[in-house]
Amino acid sequence: MSDMLPDPPERQALLSVRDLAVHIRTDAGLARILDGVSFDLPPGGTLGVVGESGCGKSTLLRAILGILPKGAMVPSGQVLFQGEDILRKPVRGRIGFIPQDPFRSLNPVFRAGDQLLEGMRRHAPGTRDDHRKKLISLFNAVQLPDAHNALDKYPHEFSGGQRQRLLIAAALACDPDLVVADEPTTALDVTTQREILALLRGLTAERNMALLFVTHDFGVLSAVCEDVAVLYAGRVAELGPTGNVLADPRHPYARMLLACHPDRATDLIGIPGTVPAATAQPPGCRFHPRCPIARPSCARSVPEAVRIFDGSRVACPFHADALPEVALV
Amino acid sequence: MARFILRRVLLALPALLGLVLLTFVLTRVIPADPAAMLAGDAATPAQVAEIRTRYGLDQPMWRQAVTHVRQVLTGDLGSSIFTGRPVAEEIGFRLPATLELTFVARFLSVVLGVPLGLVAALDHNGPVDQIVRLLSVGGLAIAGFWLAIMLQLLFCMEWELLPLRGRIDVALGVPPGFSGLYLLDSLLAGRLDLFVDALRHLVLPAVTLCLPGLASIARFTRSGVLETLQKDFVLYARAAGYSPFRLATIYVLRNAVTVTVTQVGLLFGALISGAVAVEAIFDWPGLGTYAVQAILAADYKALLAVTLVVGVVYAVVNVLVDVAQALVDPRVAEQMK
Repeated sequence: MSDMLPDPPERQALLSVRDLAVHIRTDAGLARILDGVSFDLPPGGTLGVVGESGCGKSTLLRAILGILPKGAMVPSGQVLFQGEDILRKPVRGRIGFIPQDPFRSLNPVFRAGDQLLEGMRRHAPGTRDDHRKKLISLFNAVQLPDAHNALDKYPHEFSGGQRQRLLIAAALACDPDLVVADEPTTALDVTTQREILALLRGLTAERNMALLFVTHDFGVLSAVCEDVAVLYAGRVAELGPTGNVLADPRHPYARMLLACHPDRATDLIGIPGTVPAATAQPPGCRFHPRCPIARPSCARSVPEAVRIFDGSRVACPFHADALPEVALV
Repeated sequence: MARFILRRVLLALPALLGLVLLTFVLTRVIPADPAAMLAGDAATPAQVAEIRTRYGLDQPMWRQAVTHVRQVLTGDLGSSIFTGRPVAEEIGFRLPATLELTFVARFLSVVLGVPLGLVAALDHNGPVDQIVRLLSVGGLAIAGFWLAIMLQLLFCMEWELLPLRGRIDVALGVPPGFSGLYLLDSLLAGRLDLFVDALRHLVLPAVTLCLPGLASIARFTRSGVLETLQKDFVLYARAAGYSPFRLATIYVLRNAVTVTVTQVGLLFGALISGAVAVEAIFDWPGLGTYAVQAILAADYKALLAVTLVVGVVYAVVNVLVDVAQALVDPRVAEQMK
């Protein structure tokens, strides 16, 4: 019987994104925000998504959360969560969400409790009283000062760090199996960032929740995520264990992006050119116009993902080639 | 919140005192010699002098100002030159008529305007939005006096559904009660027949008067909702699993109406002055018709009283708007501290 199943249970991913494409019709033409994006996230796993602005990170999150903007189309692909296709029917409660900007993600005219309890009212079992108790205990867990009265305060009565703690508590409130975080610390100052990250990592690990973490900060990435996916222009360029990808990136884009990072490069260099507009994606490999080792074939066909020795996936057939010195300083 | 309200009321007092003083200045600026006005065209200089002494107009200016303020504060607004009756008494009869009309008109424009603005915003650039836009442009563009006459022609003359003029059928009598608001008084007295009759008289003037306010409230609500829908917290609430209905009706609307609340207050003053034409056409015995009569008769005591009353209504509405805003948006009360 069991060999009839597509995947043995222990290998079944919690979240499986398969060949996902998201296109949006705009005045400037069809914007191909995401194309052919695939990855798996096992239960309790942590995956970081990195890439420059406009590479599709936020759209990927919105597809998973079921809040794609009006006019977005999904011409191909699936997003499976615990085996269910959540593109057709978004799941709430089982996926927690930590937004990017704690200052603007709470409605200023409602008390914190009134906002945070609404999601629980609809998606968590128990009475309002149970929900209040649960939230307050989570407020304690995220070390929110004066946790007992926090539900009756308005957002403007909290600091930025406190609001992000509120939102983390809210994301965990329905006991989700997956927490999705969109650069949750970029709006905060550096010392608060560290605390919040440590807290988030600790709480999700404790509860065996998987974490999908969007960031453009490599320091954050290595602190939080086991695996990393590097997105470029709506495609996955490289996907693998964080330590390996950071230490020895293989995709030319990943190599140049890491070389750009001030912590790692002796000299700050840039990648020539800019990310293409989503309405004007180049044919073939979307990085080829900026790639120092591009060959004529790169403009013709979309590169297949190649598996390398450590299990990483690299979307470049020439990943073993050395980059010319000039490109890396 | 109690402290906030007290503060707003205290802040309104200097404005009211200023208003009282200003009306005093007006009595000295507009009619060159009030004594001559009071005495009339045929009076002899001796009669004018006698009147001047009787009304204290020969007193020093500051003493007259003090007397004026004291009289106004004790409710003594003098007597009408035209009818000879105390102005306070006449206004006491007419103010409730105007208040009833304007309250109902304002109520209609809010309960119709806010939902219209909401559905228009939710159907941004769709057919519903276009229809609401047409209605609101029309509501602002159509002149009240024209609409009033058209409504009279249709509902009173052609179809004979509603009464043409007045507040109530005089054959039925006036509802007994303290407030002078016929709808309220008749209900409190349990006189359903009077209530229905007063309502039938009220429909057309109220509909006429509510239209411009309805139009601008719909537009303000629409743009408020559209703006709020762009906010990050709406996206967050969607991700957290708010139902779309709750999101649109409660979550977004409360932010959107902060602008509308101010608008309602501002319009309230305009509503009272706008009532002049409507009251005249429907022969509504309110402040508007009273003011028109006072102007035509050069009854400056009556005009002063109307100015005062309208000013007081403005001040009261302003306080109410501030309080309403603080209730809708907690940050407003915070900033006032």
